[in-house]
Amino acid sequence: MSTETPAAAPASFDLFSFLAKFAPLIFLLVLMGVFALLEPRFLSPLNLFNVMRQVSIYGLLAIGMTFVILTRGIDLSVGSLLAFAGLVAAAVAKGGFESRFAVGSAAEAAGYGWFLAMLAALAVGVVCGGLQGLAITRLKVPPFVVTLGGMSAFRGAALLFAGGGPISGFDDGYRWWGQGYIGPIPVPVVIFAIAAIIAAIALRYTRFGRNVYAVGGNPEAARLSGLDVDRITLSVYVIIGFMAGLGGFVLSARLNSAEAVAGLTYELTVIAGVVIGGTSLFGGIGTIFGTVIGTLLIGVLLNGLVLNNVSSYVQQIIIGVIIVLAVAFDTFAKSRRKRA
Amino acid sequence: MTGIRKSFPGVLAVDGVDLEVAPGEIHALLGENGAGKSTLLKILAGAQLPDTGTIELDGRPIQILSPHDAQDHGIVTIYQEFNLVPTLTVAENVFIGREPTRGGWIDWGRMRRETRAIMDRVGLALSPDRLVSDLSVAEQQMVEIAKALAIESRLIIMDEPTSALAEGEVARLFAICRDLQAAGIAVIFVSHRLDEVKQICDRLTVLRDGQLVGSAAVADVSIEDIIRMMVGRDVERLFKQRNVHRAGEPALRIEGIHASGDPRDPFATQLRGIDLEVRHGEIVGLAGLVGAGRTELARAVFGADRIDAGRVLVEGVPVQPGSPRRAIAAGIGLVPEDRKQQALFLALAVRLNLSIAALDRLCGRLGFIDGRAESRLVQEYQDRLNIKMAGADVAVGNLSGGNQQKVVLARWLALQPKVLIVDEPTRGIDVAAKAEVHQLLYELADSGIAVLAISSELPEILTISDRIVTMREGRLTGELQIAEATEEKLMQLMTMGRERAA
Repeated sequence: MSTETPAAAPASFDLFSFLAKFAPLIFLLVLMGVFALLEPRFLSPLNLFNVMRQVSIYGLLAIGMTFVILTRGIDLSVGSLLAFAGLVAAAVAKGGFESRFAVGSAAEAAGYGWFLAMLAALAVGVVCGGLQGLAITRLKVPPFVVTLGGMSAFRGAALLFAGGGPISGFDDGYRWWGQGYIGPIPVPVVIFAIAAIIAAIALRYTRFGRNVYAVGGNPEAARLSGLDVDRITLSVYVIIGFMAGLGGFVLSARLNSAEAVAGLTYELTVIAGVVIGGTSLFGGIGTIFGTVIGTLLIGVLLNGLVLNNVSSYVQQIIIGVIIVLAVAFDTFAKSRRKRA
Repeated sequence: MTGIRKSFPGVLAVDGVDLEVAPGEIHALLGENGAGKSTLLKILAGAQLPDTGTIELDGRPIQILSPHDAQDHGIVTIYQEFNLVPTLTVAENVFIGREPTRGGWIDWGRMRRETRAIMDRVGLALSPDRLVSDLSVAEQQMVEIAKALAIESRLIIMDEPTSALAEGEVARLFAICRDLQAAGIAVIFVSHRLDEVKQICDRLTVLRDGQLVGSAAVADVSIEDIIRMMVGRDVERLFKQRNVHRAGEPALRIEGIHASGDPRDPFATQLRGIDLEVRHGEIVGLAGLVGAGRTELARAVFGADRIDAGRVLVEGVPVQPGSPRRAIAAGIGLVPEDRKQQALFLALAVRLNLSIAALDRLCGRLGFIDGRAESRLVQEYQDRLNIKMAGADVAVGNLSGGNQQKVVLARWLALQPKVLIVDEPTRGIDVAAKAEVHQLLYELADSGIAVLAISSELPEILTISDRIVTMREGRLTGELQIAEATEEKLMQLMTMGRERAA
């Protein structure tokens, strides 16, 4: 009746978890290889640095987004907030709201300089992120809804603030943050790298990082373990707000211009990068390393498509499909964890 | 000579197990956690496919490829974790996927009528229109059973059906089982409560490490025999009674607590003036039926729920209410009722799970965790509690129930609490781990910690407690020293209350 076969030994090498860990990195390398074959210009240092610089802005937001998604949250407002913060920074550099459209060296001299401009951008980001965090923790509105509202509100604020045109033309000190180099490396890339390292250390080696994982892993258990869940949740929205402010400042510096439509659809690209990098939308699982790789992957993909003359419409389709596939994989991984 | 016969070697979980259940038989499937029971049940339910082996129903080989197949064959499983849709009504849940229709439209009248008839059969006067999310755990369990009855079934599998039920409801469940038996329906009954197995089952099959240990008629074996089959160890060592009772100064004082319970749980019991004292070195058992308010009391003391009146004192100092943080700071720990939902971070590492509450002590400046101190802590408790795991970085969800519970206990021990509240500390864990948890509770009490222990299993309460208080409907109804306590006396206090118990 029964066919007896000896029980298989448990596999010491788990292909699935290996793939889950390194698939994004492998995919990134394969993609780079393919693009290099299709279009030799892809591997030119100029282009690679271009990609990196482009990715840096996404990357800053993606670092913040990693914290948010780790707590089971989401932030759809990053693109809008980035635009708003960038405009505020630009206006400060121009000497204030009234003189924001002034041009020429006289206007630069009248401005408050890049340092105050950056502080202003960061302050806008932190305050707006904090407000969203408070709405989530105090009013108990789901993050999706709060940040959907923020996405609209901050974009509106940016449009109102810009009052029609872009704010352009900054002094050298300001532009250095977007266009300058440290050695051969573009400044935005350096900022991104430093932010990634700090974030990775904070998540891995500090109590705050542990708490973020715990809150996302099981909010109720976190509360019953004595964690201040509301404070931790608020913190991650302040962090992503800070990152959006920093991103807005750096982007305006790179473009030498701040405009109200900056950062449109960035939230999708950023979330895609984070999820592809292995951070689970169900919370509690993910790393900054994964996010960096995932964001690079998206950046390389977009750049490669541009170089190969794929239309931007098709790019949007591809990003959309990738998001769905990445989440499908995440869901699959979760059901596997459950069965294990 | 019909029934089910299956044998198959599984990859890891089950290795060539035979199981035969006759119609009208209540068959106990026993084994420690990880013995392979769940895998076997999942195969029968169509949730997993066997690698090899055959399943026969009434002598004919059948294939169960999906849960739907299983249902078509009349095999119904009542899982430990309920399969109910909380946002639907009782009737909708009972008939889910098989709604009676008339001309393509759902026949609501018939659905309600039949649901009411079935609910009567399980002895629960519940309106078919009640939302499942509004029901207590025990009531949900009954709905789950009603759902199984509503399907023309040949075999009903019950996975730990009594773990959520209090004694009275267990009796009702057993009556239903006997009805099923009389109707020629076979029942597979999985339970950790061996006294129940003795009481209700005809035959039993024991698994250990995925292998078949043996089958026997229940009447032919004693509980000690069964435990020996399950653990391959001697019974005496497992249920050692505690001899030393050295109660010291009062550690925990509860004064006049009134509370409405978890706002998200509409069936939480109101606490109506609880006064209780637990001394250093003492284990106080808190006994009561489901709905007596035991868990509500634990949560109120721990600050997990708001309290409306009264106060909690640790060593004479009032604890600020309403926040687990403050309760923890005051020296109270809580091992909650539902470790998966309320205690563990299942997908995260054992290390994080164990140290999460103690991080304040492990952190230096800037909140950096002292990794070496943390590893020492994990190692210390792994050794002390005999936690079996592949390493500190494996997800805690991969451990067995007993080891998971030890991790939760270790989390609190690492804080060196003055008071430890344990709510159903051994629910769903195997016999050996249970004994270890009991032993640990003794040691904790001996080291001076005041322990307040909640358990729905009276034998457990009687085993671990130095003193037992009983609750009913949000009030304390009695108190017994361990020497004078018996199951009968406790049942009396739990069901009737002080005034009539006399």
